[in-house]
Amino acid sequence: MTYQPEGWQEPTLAANLARAGVKRRDFLAFCGSLAAVFAMGGTAAAGAPPASAEEIADKLGAVTKPNVVWLQLQECTGCMESTLRSGGTTVEEIVLSLLSVNYNELVMAAAGDAANKALDDLNAQEHLLVVNGSVPVKENGAYCVIGGKSAEQVLRESAENAVAILAVGACAVWGSVQASNPNPTGAVGVDQIIKDKPVINVSGCPPIGEVITATVAYVLGHNGALPQTDAEGRPLFAYDQRIHDSCPRRPHFDAGQYVRTFDDTGARSGWCLYEVGCKGPSTFSPCPIFQWNLHTSWPIGAGHPCIGCTEKHFFDRFTPFYRTLPDVTGLGIESTAEKVGWGLVGATVAGVGLHAGLTAVRQAGSRGSAAAAGPLQAFGDSEREWKPQSPDATDGDSAPAATTSTGTLPGAAPTSGTDSTPPVAPPDAMTSGDGEGKAE
Amino acid sequence: MAQRVVIDPLTRIEGHLRIELETGSKKIEKAWSETTQFRGIETIIAGRDPRDAWAFAQRICGVCTSVHAVASIVAVENAIGSNPPEQARLIRDMVMASQNIQDHVIHFYHLHALDWVNVPSAATADPQKAVDFAKAIGSTWKGNTLARMTEVRDTVKGILASGQLSIFTGGYWDHPDYRLPPEANLMAVAHYLDALEFQRSMIRIATVFGGKNPHPNFLVGGMACTIDPSHSESINEVQLDQIKQWIAESSEFVSACYVPDAMAIMGVYKDYFDIGAAQPNYLAVGMAGATYAGDPASSRLTSPYNEVKPGAIYDGDLGTVHPFDPTKIAEWVSSAWYTYEEGDIGLTPDKGETSPHYTGPKPPYEWLADGKEYTWSKAPRYDGRVVQVGPVARVILGYAQGHPATKKLVDDACKKLGIRVAQLNSTAGRTLARALECALIADILSQNTFPTFVKNIVGGDIDVFDASRWEPSSWPGQSSGFSLVEVPRGFLSHWVTIEKGKVARYQAVVPTTWLGGGRDADGKQGPYEESLAGNGKHPLVDPAQPLEPLRTIHSFDPCMSCAVHVLDPDGSDLAVVAS
Repeated sequence: MTYQPEGWQEPTLAANLARAGVKRRDFLAFCGSLAAVFAMGGTAAAGAPPASAEEIADKLGAVTKPNVVWLQLQECTGCMESTLRSGGTTVEEIVLSLLSVNYNELVMAAAGDAANKALDDLNAQEHLLVVNGSVPVKENGAYCVIGGKSAEQVLRESAENAVAILAVGACAVWGSVQASNPNPTGAVGVDQIIKDKPVINVSGCPPIGEVITATVAYVLGHNGALPQTDAEGRPLFAYDQRIHDSCPRRPHFDAGQYVRTFDDTGARSGWCLYEVGCKGPSTFSPCPIFQWNLHTSWPIGAGHPCIGCTEKHFFDRFTPFYRTLPDVTGLGIESTAEKVGWGLVGATVAGVGLHAGLTAVRQAGSRGSAAAAGPLQAFGDSEREWKPQSPDATDGDSAPAATTSTGTLPGAAPTSGTDSTPPVAPPDAMTSGDGEGKAE
Repeated sequence: MAQRVVIDPLTRIEGHLRIELETGSKKIEKAWSETTQFRGIETIIAGRDPRDAWAFAQRICGVCTSVHAVASIVAVENAIGSNPPEQARLIRDMVMASQNIQDHVIHFYHLHALDWVNVPSAATADPQKAVDFAKAIGSTWKGNTLARMTEVRDTVKGILASGQLSIFTGGYWDHPDYRLPPEANLMAVAHYLDALEFQRSMIRIATVFGGKNPHPNFLVGGMACTIDPSHSESINEVQLDQIKQWIAESSEFVSACYVPDAMAIMGVYKDYFDIGAAQPNYLAVGMAGATYAGDPASSRLTSPYNEVKPGAIYDGDLGTVHPFDPTKIAEWVSSAWYTYEEGDIGLTPDKGETSPHYTGPKPPYEWLADGKEYTWSKAPRYDGRVVQVGPVARVILGYAQGHPATKKLVDDACKKLGIRVAQLNSTAGRTLARALECALIADILSQNTFPTFVKNIVGGDIDVFDASRWEPSSWPGQSSGFSLVEVPRGFLSHWVTIEKGKVARYQAVVPTTWLGGGRDADGKQGPYEESLAGNGKHPLVDPAQPLEPLRTIHSFDPCMSCAVHVLDPDGSDLAVVAS
């Protein structure tokens, strides 16, 4: 059963405008003004031919809110709970304003056949795919079955038309707890299954809520471009520093002031937790910077050593948790940092189209190498040679339609807290241009 | 002729649950509860450092975050003889209380309310009438203003006008059994949004002590956070002031918003106090948060509700509370994809085996219940009986024992709604019991747990860690322990055996296994199945829109990741400890 809303009764913006009495001529005039903007904006600068008013009208008329499939595979729902806790872009904004999250098992109204229909409908269109949870591959996938289908099948079907994939949480990224020794169900991460699409790895058990929603907001606010990532596919805006680099207890490490046992004088004084097993020196995570739950605290802040939950296979590599890292410098930390620093940061900047009218990137983003998918062509379909960017050039020439441009994509809302231009929602963009005709 | 109905995915729960039904003449005739996910956490814990076990066990569930960690830590402490200081216990009590409150609120508004509240209808409401409605039902929530109701009405309108309903896509909005008037729907949608903001704020109580949420940090032997009024890096007056404020906000939300909403909405659907009954057997080890390290007969009670003792009630007889005996817990695998070495006998958790043996169809599949085995969830029984656990069991146990606060809340609610206490065994009753319990938890947190914690600090008690049993050399060569904990969804127990410093055996018996498990060797159905098909009277008007069974299953607050656990996937002898 599909509810038929009032007001918006046609599938597309153009059809609704027509129904509301907006003439094609006026719509074209508005699109002409948009074409002028784009001609001056990033698209033209990036070398794409400026789109004509006619082309824009065709594409924009098909625009809807970005559709999102948010899967929960083999997992514990901690990542959704963390999303609910985000104080940055809130979950209310995500599900009500920014996106159309037509499928997410935790919060969706529909169930059973109606839920499966919502998923099938979404899978048939371009969409952003967010995945929580791992994929168990043993026993033909019988260890996680949803709607009668194995998690692997569900994932593959949803990935088919996905323009970008966000693997959110340690399970989706590397399999996490259920993949740790002896991995009884054969759990693997998303990018072990989907190899022909860019996958952004938002690691953590769970990731900080703000990091989850900011990753979604980044994609929307940067005109569909994916964030720069490290060699593990993690967005650099959140994972470019070790906890040790930004830890407020770092001066105590340097001064040789260590907690020797829990609740000792050093513990009460906030000294370094290295000797009781802190994995901060080996862990790339923004915990000390963003903190948790509306900046209330964070694990080390509350006296517990970091268990390294943003790192690959931490349940095996970092246990026993309370054992001191044997030799911090001996773990190759510095060489890892160096690699992450300049060598590979620009590796995975893949452009994506989020809207029906936009060009979806079909090439794979090759994580951990300099090859990457082509950037988004705002309204054109032309292929273009892609050059890896230097780490400090995210909004450079090769990035189309820079965030500061007024040529933001219709429906691409800005990242919360940025100083970019105000959001331009599709119906508003239309009505502000021609001064008449409400979509409603 | 019976019609087959499958509800899969059963959404707005934790994890993956499939319900298969046979129905005819608008009533449910048969029901199967099917857990379709398995992760094997306990296997993974085996062979590891027992002091790490909590971090693995906690990942059983990110909704029940904290409670598995506490249950694991207490079981390990019980095994190694560690006695955490009083202040550490109080911190755990506060963390669990804050999670209980948050969890119940999220369940009611975000996982259950859409079964009763018609979202699109809110767009047609008069905002002033929504304010008036809130006042009429006794809701004194500060969000009941004309400006807020207008804003929310416009938000709903905007979503509908956009043509993209987002999470509201595919709801059964034209089902004839949505009964609330538009203004009540609008009020409820407004409170749905307010509850999102509320849960974000109040969970910070857990964050102060555990550093993050979900999955805060705990420590065998106490807590890692320190208390020191004279250190800036410890819990001091700054955090105490914050916590006091968050507790006050919690009490306000629960009493001004949640309880009146639950009373009013269940009142409109009053026939649901006669729908969805499961077996009238109840099991609890106390009120929410009650925690025992080992056998309650000999282990220390860590609950703030000392007056309510562990017990079981059989056949709805509130006049007799049977004393609780942990050796009466046993699990069957008759309908589950596991095998036992000695066949399908009920195994107590300290001897439990869980060897997965999948016999179901290869996915994709259309129908599971043709086979004898159809779920990854075992079937726990107490004293051979199917029992209900959870808020309804706790409230009824407290009521039967004459716990004054529980008795007053229940009696007042029953009188107001015109129902009998026995009718709490129902779809609406479980939902109501959860709200009433939430009020109790908020009350005990603000009136008892937190003030005691502060008073102790003032008295100079700031120790939070027992270091005497930290080193494995201080442990017995072999030991075992268990914990009994009342968590949001019901009675939870963790069982651990430690040998030569490593976990040799680990098992959890969790609330959703008690409730969502399938048939046992005698063919007795679990509570989910019984509540749907037990008396043949459960309505299902339109099999294409199974709204009524959703209401009933959601009333249990299913948590399927918790429900499934494994000890031994390879059938190997777990006494052999990995080095």
